[in-house]
Amino acid sequence: MIKSKMYPFYYTWATLGLYLVFFIVPGLMGFYYSFTDWNSYSNEINFIGVDNFKKLFSADENYMSFVYNTLKFTFFTVILKTVLGLLFAMALNDGIRMKGFHRVMLFLPAVVPMLVVGLIFKSVLNPATGLLNETLRAIGLDFMAQKWLVDVNWAFKSIIGVDVWKGVGYIMIILLAGLQSISRTYYEAAAIDGANVWQKFVHVTLPLLMPALVVTTVLNLLHGLKVFEVVYVLTNGGPGYATDVLYTTIFKEFSLGRYGVGTALSSVLFLFMTIAGYFVIRLMAKEENEG
Amino acid sequence: MKGKTILSVLRNVFAWALSLIMFVPFALILVNSLKDRVQANTMSIKLPTELHWSNYAVVIEEGKLISSFFNSLLYAVASTLLSVALASVAAYIFSRNATRLNRAMYFFLIMGIAMPVNYVTLTKVMQWTQLINTQIGIIVLLSVMAIPFSVFLIYGFVGTVPRELDEAGIVDGCSPFRLFGSIAIPLLTPVLVTVCILNFMNCWSDFVLPLYYLNNSDKWPMTLAVYNFFGRFQVNWNLVSADIVLTTLPVILIYLLGQKYIISGMTSGSVKG
Repeated sequence: MIKSKMYPFYYTWATLGLYLVFFIVPGLMGFYYSFTDWNSYSNEINFIGVDNFKKLFSADENYMSFVYNTLKFTFFTVILKTVLGLLFAMALNDGIRMKGFHRVMLFLPAVVPMLVVGLIFKSVLNPATGLLNETLRAIGLDFMAQKWLVDVNWAFKSIIGVDVWKGVGYIMIILLAGLQSISRTYYEAAAIDGANVWQKFVHVTLPLLMPALVVTTVLNLLHGLKVFEVVYVLTNGGPGYATDVLYTTIFKEFSLGRYGVGTALSSVLFLFMTIAGYFVIRLMAKEENEG
Repeated sequence: MKGKTILSVLRNVFAWALSLIMFVPFALILVNSLKDRVQANTMSIKLPTELHWSNYAVVIEEGKLISSFFNSLLYAVASTLLSVALASVAAYIFSRNATRLNRAMYFFLIMGIAMPVNYVTLTKVMQWTQLINTQIGIIVLLSVMAIPFSVFLIYGFVGTVPRELDEAGIVDGCSPFRLFGSIAIPLLTPVLVTVCILNFMNCWSDFVLPLYYLNNSDKWPMTLAVYNFFGRFQVNWNLVSADIVLTTLPVILIYLLGQKYIISGMTSGSVKG
C-alpha cells in the first residue's frame, strides 16, 4: 500500500508513453505497412499482400547479398573484437607503466563519432595517397598495398577493420574491469597446484571472465546487426553490392521513396532481433539482479 | 628474473604500439588541418611547413559551423536532460516498487536496447505528431532512443541505494515528489552524471536521425554538416580536416574530463566487483 502511494506508477507515464509512440508503435506499424505499396509517389496506400517480401527474396542475388553481408560483418566483428579486446585487456592488466594513459588512448576511437572515423579512414585507406599504403610502401611491403575500399575483395574487409579499430577499446575496457574483479588468490592457488600460464588462463581466467564475455559478445552482436554509418560513409554499399548491409539497403529504399519495401526489410529485422533480444535482455536483467 | 624483465619490456612496447595505432589517424587529421591545399592533398603525416590557421576560419564560414555547433549543442543538451529525467523517474519507481507490473514495464523498456528502430514507419509517426523536420522532433527522438540503456544503468544503481533513507523521508512526511526530488536524486548523482555524459556524447555523435528526419540544412547538427561539407570539398583535405577537428573536439574534451565516469558507466551492469 505505502509503496504504491510513495512510488506512484503514474510518474512513469511520460517515459512509457514516449517510448511507446516513438519506438514500439513504428516497429509494430511496420508489420502492416510491409504488406502495402506505400511509396513517395502516390498518396494512396494499397494492401498488396506479400509482394514486397517476394520482391525481397526473389530479387537478383546481388541485391540479396546484404543479408549475407550483415551476418558476415556481425560474425567477424564479434570474433575479432572479442579476441583482440581480451588480448589487449590482458596485456594492459598489469606490468605496464602509464596504464591510465594507454587506457585513455585505446578508448579514444570509441568516443569519436562514427561519421568522423569514417571520414578519417576514407583518407587513410586511399589507394594512391592514403597513409596505410604509404606506410606499407615505405617499409618495403609494397605487395601488401591494396585498393582498400574500391577493390571488391578488400572493401568488406576494410570496413570490418575500421569497425574493429573503433570498437575494440570499448570491449577492452569492459573485459579489463572483469579481469580486475578476479581475485589474485585463485591464481596463487593454481600456481601451487602447478598450473602453467595456459592452464591458468583456461581454468581460472576464462570461466571467471564469462559474465563479462557474454555481455561484450551480446553488445557486439547487436552492434553488428544494426551497422549502418561505417558502411554508409566508407563505401555506401559499393563497389556494386559488395558491402551492402541491411540498414544501408533500408536507407536506399527509403531515399528512393519505396517505403513499402524498406518497411518489409525493417520488419524482418525487427522480428528477428526482438526474439533474439528477448533472451539477451532476460540474461542481462538476471545478472543485474543477482550482482 | 631476467625473463620477467624482458616480458615486462615487451608488454610496455606492445602497449605503446597499440596506443600509437589508435592515435595516428587523429594526428593525421590534426596535422593536415594546418596545411595548405596542395600539401594536404596527399594527406601525409609530415608536419606542415607553415601553419595555416586560416583553414579554420574558412571552414567556420563555408561549413556553417557556428549554426550547426549550436544546433548540436541544443540537441545534445536538451535530449540529455530529457532522457535522464525520463529514465531516472522510471528506473526509480520500477526498482523501488517491484510489483509484477513494474518488473514487466522495466523489461519492456530495456528491450529497446536490442530492438532495432524502424526508421521508415517512424516517418509516419513524425508526420502525425507534426515533429518531422523540427528541432523538437530530433530532441524527442534522441531522448527516446537513449531511454532503454539509461533505464538499465540507473535501475541497477537504485538497487544499491539503501531504502532506510527513503523510509526516514516517509516518516518525516515527504510527498512522493519530494521523496524523488530531494532524497533520491542526490543519492543517484553518480550514476546520473555517468548517464548524462554517455547520452551527451551519443547525441553529439548521432547522424542517422537528422539524416532521415531533417531536410533543412539550417537545423543540421555538426555531424551532418561535416558530411555535407565533405561531399562538397572532397579535394580540399585541409578544410575537411579542420572541419573534422572542430566537430570532434567537444566530445574529446568531454571524454578527457569525464573518462572516470564514462568508463565506470561502460563497465557497470556488466561486471560486478
